[in-house]
Amino acid sequence: MNEPALLAPVTPRTAVRPHLVADQVSAWFGDHQVLEDITLTVHNSTVTALIGPSGCGKSTFLRILNRMHEMVPGASLAGRVLLDGEDIYERRVRPTDVRRTVGMVFQKANPFPAMSIADNVVAGLLITGRKTADKDALIERSLRRAGLWKEVENRLRTPAGTLSGGQQQRLCIARALAVDPEVLLMDEPCSALDPTSTRRVEETISEISHEVSVVIVTHNMQQAARVSQRCAFFLAEDGEPGRIVEQGQTYGVFNSPTDPRTADYVAGRFG
Amino acid sequence: MTAAATSRREIAPSSTPADKAFRGTVRGAAVLALSVMGLIGVFLFLRALPALQVTGWRFLTTAEWLPGVGHFGVAAVLEGTILIAGIALLVAVPVGFGASIWIAEYAPRHLRPALVSLVDLMAAVPSIVYGLWGFFFVQPHLIPVSRWLSENLGPALPFLRVDNAETDSSFASSAFIAGCVVGVMVVPTVTSIMREVFSQAPTGEREAALALGGTQWAVVRRVVVPFGRSGIIGGSMLGLGRALGETVAVYLIISPVFAVTTHPLQSGTHTISALIATLSTESSGVALSGLLAAGLVLFLFTLLVNAGAAVVVNRSRSGQVTG
Ligand SMILES: Nc1ncnc2c1ncn2[C@@H]1O[C@H](COP(=O)(O)OP(=O)(O)OP(=O)(O)O)[C@@H](O)[C@H]1O
Ligand SMILES: [Mg+2]
Repeated sequence: MNEPALLAPVTPRTAVRPHLVADQVSAWFGDHQVLEDITLTVHNSTVTALIGPSGCGKSTFLRILNRMHEMVPGASLAGRVLLDGEDIYERRVRPTDVRRTVGMVFQKANPFPAMSIADNVVAGLLITGRKTADKDALIERSLRRAGLWKEVENRLRTPAGTLSGGQQQRLCIARALAVDPEVLLMDEPCSALDPTSTRRVEETISEISHEVSVVIVTHNMQQAARVSQRCAFFLAEDGEPGRIVEQGQTYGVFNSPTDPRTADYVAGRFG
Repeated sequence: MTAAATSRREIAPSSTPADKAFRGTVRGAAVLALSVMGLIGVFLFLRALPALQVTGWRFLTTAEWLPGVGHFGVAAVLEGTILIAGIALLVAVPVGFGASIWIAEYAPRHLRPALVSLVDLMAAVPSIVYGLWGFFFVQPHLIPVSRWLSENLGPALPFLRVDNAETDSSFASSAFIAGCVVGVMVVPTVTSIMREVFSQAPTGEREAALALGGTQWAVVRRVVVPFGRSGIIGGSMLGLGRALGETVAVYLIISPVFAVTTHPLQSGTHTISALIATLSTESSGVALSGLLAAGLVLFLFTLLVNAGAAVVVNRSRSGQVTG
C-alpha cells in the first residue's frame, strides 16, 4: 500500500511557523456532535494531509477552518481557530475576510456553470470586486497550475457547465489558486481525476506549498505520502464524534505509527 | 464477426407493458388538455365570425364600439388592456423580485415557511377582494400621487398631462390607478414563482461564491439571479397573463371610454375583459358576436405572450448567456 521510497523526510524550505491553529475544536450539527477536541497546527510552507475513514468529520473540520461550517443551519462549534495568532471566530473578524485568505476546493466540483471558463477562473476577483493588471495572464497561469490549460485554451469563452466532471474540478482548483490565498483547503481534490491530472495537481500542490499552506483531505494513502509533510489521522468510532488519533510528520505516521488503529488504517486493513 | 453484428443498427429503449399503459394514460390527459384549448379557440372563432364578417380587418383598427351601425373594433380596448397590464408589471415585477429575493435569501430561516405560505395564500385571494380594496382604499390614496406625477413630470413628458386637473375625478378612474391595483394583485403570483426558483439555486455554487470571500449580495448577484433567470421571466409572464385577464378590479376602477388611451393618468380607459363584462348581458346578435371576437383577440394575444415567454425561458436555461 504505502511506498517507503517516496517517504524521505522533507526539509522545510523556509522558516516554519504555525500558520493556522485549531485549538480544542468540537463541532455539532444540531444535537449531533461530529468532532471532539481537535487540536491541529498547520505550518506555513507545509502540506498537511487529513486522512481517515468516511464520515469521521474531515470535511466538517476543513469547513471550520474557513468559516464555511456556520453556513449550515443548526451547525455550531467550540474551541478556537487561530490564523496568524488571531481567532477567526472572534466577533470583529469578518467571515468574508477569512475566506478570502483561506481558500477552498470542495469535495464536489462547483464551478459557476453559466459563466465562461475564463470568468470562472477569475470569479474570485469578480465577486470581491478586485482588479488585476493582466487578467489573461492570470487565467492562463491558474489553468496551467491546475493542469487544465491544454484542454481548454481554445474554448475559454464557453460555459463551464460544458466541461467534464474532472475538468470542472480542476477549474475549481484554478479558481481557488487565482485569488492567491494564504492557506488553501482541498477536500479530496483528486477523487474525480484521472492519473495524469492527479499527478499535475499534486505537482501544483508541491509548487504552491512554498507560498501557500495547504491542507488536503485524501482517501488515497499514496497521495498523502507523496504530497504531504505532516499528516493527521481522524477516526470516529461507533457513535462517537471524530477525534484525531495520531498526527505528526507524514513519514512518522506512515512508517512508525504509535497507535495500532493508525497502523491498520494506513496499511489498508480497515476504513 | 458477422456483417449483422458490425453494421449499424437502430437501437431504442424498449418499454414494459406497465410503462406503455402509463404512457398511454398521461398522453391521453395531455391530448385532452390541449384539445380543450383548441376547442376554446375554435368555439371563439366560430361565434366571432358573424362580427368579423361585418367589420373585416377593421376590427383590429377601430377604436369605437358601435355594433348597431357596424362600426366596432378592439383597437382601444386592446391598447387599454396592454397598457394596464404593462403598468401592473412595472409595479409587480420589481416588488415581486425584491420580495422573493428577501424571502429566499435574507429572511430569518425560521420565518421562511410562514412567509412562503403567506405569499401563496395572497396569490389565492379572489380578485374581487383586491378589486374592492383597490376601489375603496387604493384609489383615493393614489389620486394625490397621480396629481404629483402629472404636475411635476407632465411639463417634460406630455403624455402625463391631465385635463381638468382641478377635480379629483379627472384622475380617479385612470389606467394608472387600475394598473397599480392590478399590479398589487399580481405581486404574490410573481413573488411565489420567483421565490420557488431562487430557493432552488444549487448549494454548491452558493458555497463556491461564499468561499471565494463573497458576501450574501455576491451570492445573490452571481449565483441566485443567474440561476433564477428563467423563473424571473416565467414569474413575470405569469403575472402578465393574470394582468391581461383581470376583469373585476379593472371594472370597478376605470370609467369606460372607447378611445385609445394616450394619457395614462387621465380618467377613462377600457380593457377587453372589462368590455365583455359590461356588455355581455345586454348584447345580442352581431354585438354579442363582436364581444366574442374581442375575447378571441385576447385569447390569441395571451397565447402569443406565453409562447414568447417559453422561447425566452428555454433560451436562458441553456446557460449560454452570462451577466
Ligand atoms: N450538513 C450536515 N448536516 C448534518 N450532519 C452532517 C452534515 N454534514 C455532515 N454531517 C455529518 O457529520 C459527520 C461528518 O461528516 P463529514 O462530511 O465531515 O465526513 P468526512 O470525513 O468528510 O467523510 P467523507 O470522507 O465521506 O467525505 C457525518 O456523520 C455526517 O453525517
Ligand atoms: Mg468529506
